[in-house]
Amino acid sequence: MTTGSVTFDTAQQSTTGNGFLLEADGVAKAFHGVPALRNGHLKLRPGTVHALCGGNGAGKSTFLNIAMGLLRRDEGSIKIKGEVVDFRSASEALDHGIAIITQELSPVLEMTVAENIYLGREPKRLGAFIDFALLETQAQKLLDDIGFPIRANARMSNLSLAETQLVEIAKALSFDADIVIMDEPTSAIGEHEAHILFAAIDRLKHRGSGIIYVSHKLSEIFEIADEFTVFRDGNYIVSGSMKETTRKELVTHIVGREVKVVEKERPNAGAPILLEVRNLSRESEFKDISLSVAAGEVFGIYGLLGSGRTEFLEAVYGMETPTSGEVMLAGRPVPRGKPRESIKMGMAMVSEDRKDSGLVLSSSIAHNITLSALSLMAVSGFVKQQKEREVVEEMIRSQRIKTSSSELAVENLSGGNQQKVVFARCLTTNPRLLICDEPTRGIDEGSKQEIYAFLRDFAAKGHGVLVVSSEAPEILQVSDRIAIFKAGTLVDVIDGHGATQQMIMELAS
Amino acid sequence: MNANITKIATGTPSERRKAEITKDFIKSFSIILVFLAICVLFTSLNEYFLTWNNWLNLLRQSSINGILAIGVTFVILTKGIDLSVGSVMALAGMMAANLVTTGNEHLVIWSILAALGTGAVVGLANGVLIARINVPPFVATLGMLSMARGLTLIYSDGRPIANLTASLRWIGSGNVLGLPVPVLIFFAVFLIGWLTLSRTTFGRYVYAVGGNEKAARTSGISTRTIIAATYVICGLLAGLAGLVLTARTTAALPQAGIGYELDAIAAVVIGGTSLSGGRGSLVGTLFGALIIGTINNGMDLMGVSSYYQQLLKGAIIVLAVIADQIRK
Repeated sequence: MTTGSVTFDTAQQSTTGNGFLLEADGVAKAFHGVPALRNGHLKLRPGTVHALCGGNGAGKSTFLNIAMGLLRRDEGSIKIKGEVVDFRSASEALDHGIAIITQELSPVLEMTVAENIYLGREPKRLGAFIDFALLETQAQKLLDDIGFPIRANARMSNLSLAETQLVEIAKALSFDADIVIMDEPTSAIGEHEAHILFAAIDRLKHRGSGIIYVSHKLSEIFEIADEFTVFRDGNYIVSGSMKETTRKELVTHIVGREVKVVEKERPNAGAPILLEVRNLSRESEFKDISLSVAAGEVFGIYGLLGSGRTEFLEAVYGMETPTSGEVMLAGRPVPRGKPRESIKMGMAMVSEDRKDSGLVLSSSIAHNITLSALSLMAVSGFVKQQKEREVVEEMIRSQRIKTSSSELAVENLSGGNQQKVVFARCLTTNPRLLICDEPTRGIDEGSKQEIYAFLRDFAAKGHGVLVVSSEAPEILQVSDRIAIFKAGTLVDVIDGHGATQQMIMELAS
Repeated sequence: MNANITKIATGTPSERRKAEITKDFIKSFSIILVFLAICVLFTSLNEYFLTWNNWLNLLRQSSINGILAIGVTFVILTKGIDLSVGSVMALAGMMAANLVTTGNEHLVIWSILAALGTGAVVGLANGVLIARINVPPFVATLGMLSMARGLTLIYSDGRPIANLTASLRWIGSGNVLGLPVPVLIFFAVFLIGWLTLSRTTFGRYVYAVGGNEKAARTSGISTRTIIAATYVICGLLAGLAGLVLTARTTAALPQAGIGYELDAIAAVVIGGTSLSGGRGSLVGTLFGALIIGTINNGMDLMGVSSYYQQLLKGAIIVLAVIADQIRK
């Protein structure tokens, strides 16, 4: 199967013994009567990386959850190596050789890397005592084999986010699975780690495993995938060979229409300064950073993971207190370390990790949207229900949040919709400066363009946007000026009109 | 339930309001069912159970735990815990009683303020320890459990204060419109608490802080203030419960309220409020407290030994949580 044919004949190959690792057809699932997946269809060949593409709400997550036993399907069939299966739990799927790498990290921080990898499967002596020496050797061998530069005896709490993600990947690979499902495995790691991961994926391929790869970063898909399948609105759309498609064609399949790339116009020269940051420093995180954002401007910050970009944003917004320097908004000093005051002065922040710091997942969409501006909708502490409802309905409409009810808990929404709720919450306070940290993380191509267009529009109204991204094409597309961060310092500020990917990547590394 | 949600989203204003009010009850539906089932069971086992007098008695018995549990609900919603409420009751009761014994007859209002003030001050101490100095709630309030008890014993020299004036005793044994005063206090506290949690910005912030403290801070909420405030509320209500208890027992006992924190936490948990914060409601707590009261009352009527009562109560706490898990 290594050099196998790349022709895709979906109808005639559905008999058993045709060599597919996984064959799914007509898989459907509905929640409370609302179909999330209507016709899930995918055929995975051994020794290939198969990209599963689709926008938010395309049904990818539902499909994968069914494939790995977290959800039961309502209809359709799934065959693993020709055998019809219906998993009731993730461990059943694991027994059939399906391993999964999710974007959700679940490390036990107080344990070592080795203990985390073999949690629940530790080698034992006399049936009860953990053989720590063997455990560590085993784990180190695994990490070395897949080429991850991590020490098995390191404590999880001492690892970076990227390293934690690599350990999670190593854990999934330690099951020797034939089918590996990777759901946004690079969303938390930098370019460097991503390439370590791709090398590991290559090894898996040559071992004969099949990988189902989900990522919103199209450049990644074109780099490593051999075949692709596109879902849209719960339906199977098309599949084929990566070699025979183009980026534009794939995006059109995913979005269902041609996507217009947002054009940016140069803001007026001589517009007043909105945000001014002077000599801002915080401990070892970033040093002596000065920059300014003019009204009408989208100001991008590009830097690798660990360059201090997120810490800088948090200090500007007041989530963290800087050790020295000052922040001025429209000429007035912003109190340090007080997000509440920053909001009052006209800032709003879309944080990097919406689950960690952007949303109250257990609360409803409505309550999340109005959280920042609740006091503006209250009379002597009591929330004006009518007023609140109007704001919520307006935001759901203007941000195009797809939901059956504003009373639903946010945890039930897809990633893209959750991000729209975060934007909605930020806008309820009528900010003049929007601070965005990785605003499109884990969001599909179509929604990304919507967000870019939104940021440009927002700035065009005379507001300012300060945006951090680790994706060079994104920064280039939205920014009027780009600051390059490297190891906690500001290396350079360049004009965003006419800058190239190579330019900013060279400056940053 | 889904139809109800749709109504909230799309119905006419009056339809919406109705749906909104019933929403909390629907969320607590399983707990109400359990409560009704227990009532049916005891009714079939004992003819006296379903009489007006017994119900007044049952409500009176539940009211102190109910008041405590309402305060504890605020704290648990922020992902905290308050173990000190039983000791705070004793301390507050002592402070209240001292002002209105025979020969020391201040107006009863001073005694009420003393109880509430004591509770609020202890609650504030808890709040500062937890929200400002970052002591884990379990540890801070465990320490306070011992400290408040110690203060009670020091203050009273280990002796009860009796000879309370009639005006204070009325709080424990009086009636208004045929309803016992403690029950009225309980219902009033429930109503105010319910309005606070579901209608005010503060209530929303309590849920937000418990659901995701970091997101709440990003959204501009002074999370430390909110957390500290819940401990003040909890302490204040513990003080109120201590006042009612003292008035009912017609004496302030230094060992009053021992173990009450456990019944209060049990009522909150049975009521479906999550110990991991952000989820739950006072309607649940109300019925949680009623269930505990009903079990005690029903088994008393049947002459079940209090040893067995303990056993059954524990089992019901665990079963309630299991039922809740299954429902999810």
